[in-house]
Amino acid sequence: MSGTPTLAIRPARATALKAFGLALLALLALLLPVVAPDPATTNMAIFTVMYVGLATSWNIMGGYTGYISLGHAAFFGFGAYSFGLMLIHFNVTPGYPPFALVPVAGLLTAVLAVGIGWIALRTRAATFVIVTIAFMFMLQLLGENLVELTGGGAGLGLPYSHDWGGDFFNIPYYYAMLALAVLALVISWWIRRSKFGLGLLAIRDDEDKALAVGVPTRGFKLTAFVISALLVGMIGAVYGYYITYLYPQFVFDPLIGISMVLMAFFGGLGTLSGPVIGALLLEPAQLEFAYRLGASKLYLVFYAAVFLIVILLLPRGIVPSVADLVRGWRRRQMGPTAGGSRKAPAASAGEEPPTPAQQGLASP
Amino acid sequence: MSLLEINDLSKRFGGVVAVDSCSLSVPAGSITGLIGPNGSGKTTVFNLVTGFIAPDGGQVRYKARSIAGLNPDRIYGLGIGRTFQLARIFPRLTALENMLVPVRRAGLRALLSQGQWGHEKERAMEMLAFMDISQVAGTLGGALSYGQRKLLELAAVMMAGPELVLLDEPAGGVNPALLERIAERIRQLNGQGTTFLLVEHNMGFVMNLCHEVVVLHQGRAIAKGTPNEVRENPAVLDAYLGT
Repeated sequence: MSGTPTLAIRPARATALKAFGLALLALLALLLPVVAPDPATTNMAIFTVMYVGLATSWNIMGGYTGYISLGHAAFFGFGAYSFGLMLIHFNVTPGYPPFALVPVAGLLTAVLAVGIGWIALRTRAATFVIVTIAFMFMLQLLGENLVELTGGGAGLGLPYSHDWGGDFFNIPYYYAMLALAVLALVISWWIRRSKFGLGLLAIRDDEDKALAVGVPTRGFKLTAFVISALLVGMIGAVYGYYITYLYPQFVFDPLIGISMVLMAFFGGLGTLSGPVIGALLLEPAQLEFAYRLGASKLYLVFYAAVFLIVILLLPRGIVPSVADLVRGWRRRQMGPTAGGSRKAPAASAGEEPPTPAQQGLASP
Repeated sequence: MSLLEINDLSKRFGGVVAVDSCSLSVPAGSITGLIGPNGSGKTTVFNLVTGFIAPDGGQVRYKARSIAGLNPDRIYGLGIGRTFQLARIFPRLTALENMLVPVRRAGLRALLSQGQWGHEKERAMEMLAFMDISQVAGTLGGALSYGQRKLLELAAVMMAGPELVLLDEPAGGVNPALLERIAERIRQLNGQGTTFLLVEHNMGFVMNLCHEVVVLHQGRAIAKGTPNEVRENPAVLDAYLGT
């Protein structure tokens, strides 16, 4: 099929540019603690990479299927608490061994997500959004009221390694977060290219039609929801270990749940790189605002203002809007007849151009 | 032999009886038309057969097996495909991706791996070429013309090789040249072994294409026979003209 003139044209230069950018980003991420080991920088890096992972994980459900969960903080908090409780009850030696429990916390979160998803996915659209928020607040309330288990409002202190000091303290957490962000990206990329992922995108476009062509929509949605929650739960576990003290209102935090959604929207819903770009731009900005404006909470106003401006100017997010601009530019360069068969209507999800292996497929 | 057998099928929506003890059968290898005035229950019969709504009573048998109450994806898996009125396709997927969405008897491995895609894509491109729309393989569904959507929907439903395809107004809203192309493709697919049941208002299209016609009126099958027999049936004229 390749070489069929009808399929989308993809200049090799763009592929090379993309690979180069990706390699540069990976190198930067790997070397960051070496180049800038001061705790202020690594702390910011940990939170940025954390949100790359969170927004990417959330996107597997919200972006691909179009089911907007505003309650993913439930899984974040559950991951953190289940991890913390295991650490305390199993008397795990602080240091590196606790990281081995991160996948266990993820699996426990996945089990919870099967239950929540089973119920929440009986609804669609706005109702689904509300049901997910409700579950998040239910878990927050449980965290506050099961005092004997969670310590309630007084918080839950986690052991941490006293051997790690100075500049080094943040570094293991940074690499753990980075590993999870990469894992989320790999899973997201893999799903996106699979028939399963195509089924999810079909659900986003027209769920009943997907059902009519044999897509087991309930199973697909639940699977995406659980995978997404599992990743978020693992990230929550590392977060809990890093901050060493858990309070229900700070891990079952609606702001965390909303932030990951905003970042995915900001970068481009349902695209692979959108949530990454959204997190890389928004999280450092948010931390910077929080640092400069401090306790006034004015940083939230700034955050909201930035978001409103972007929504007004680039309503579909950065990646699809930029991809459209590039496509338009390329078409003009090639003349009116050589624009390729790929027309992007206003409603298009506008992903990055397809890889050669996927010619004719809109969704890399 | 009947591929699809509907017996005493009933469905009410509140006080409205949409399908009322309806019985009909679709012979294997046929192109059967389902006609009737607006509101006679044709689309409801489609929705009942394909599992989109559950019947209040009666039976639907496919290859002698009861399928009433199964989910639409299961029914598609058994080999019954359908199209919708007004051509529903996935607007934000390309035409080729639209072709690759259908799932039939796919195991977990098939869903997660990409190994089968080469073969599937080849088949998809062949089917697009068969419908004369391979030039739009890379175009997003939402950017296709209505006629192209009609052809794409039919092409996509054929991807999983269904034995029976239910077409809801395949001729609705398309120009005469395209109408002939659609009829020709249906005839060819039928020649290759696919059975069709179609709902249509364009009588010329039905009479020209169908081997057998069933007439619905107020949720009941009031007549059946060859197109010519049905055309001359006084009960059918009554139903249509309301005399």
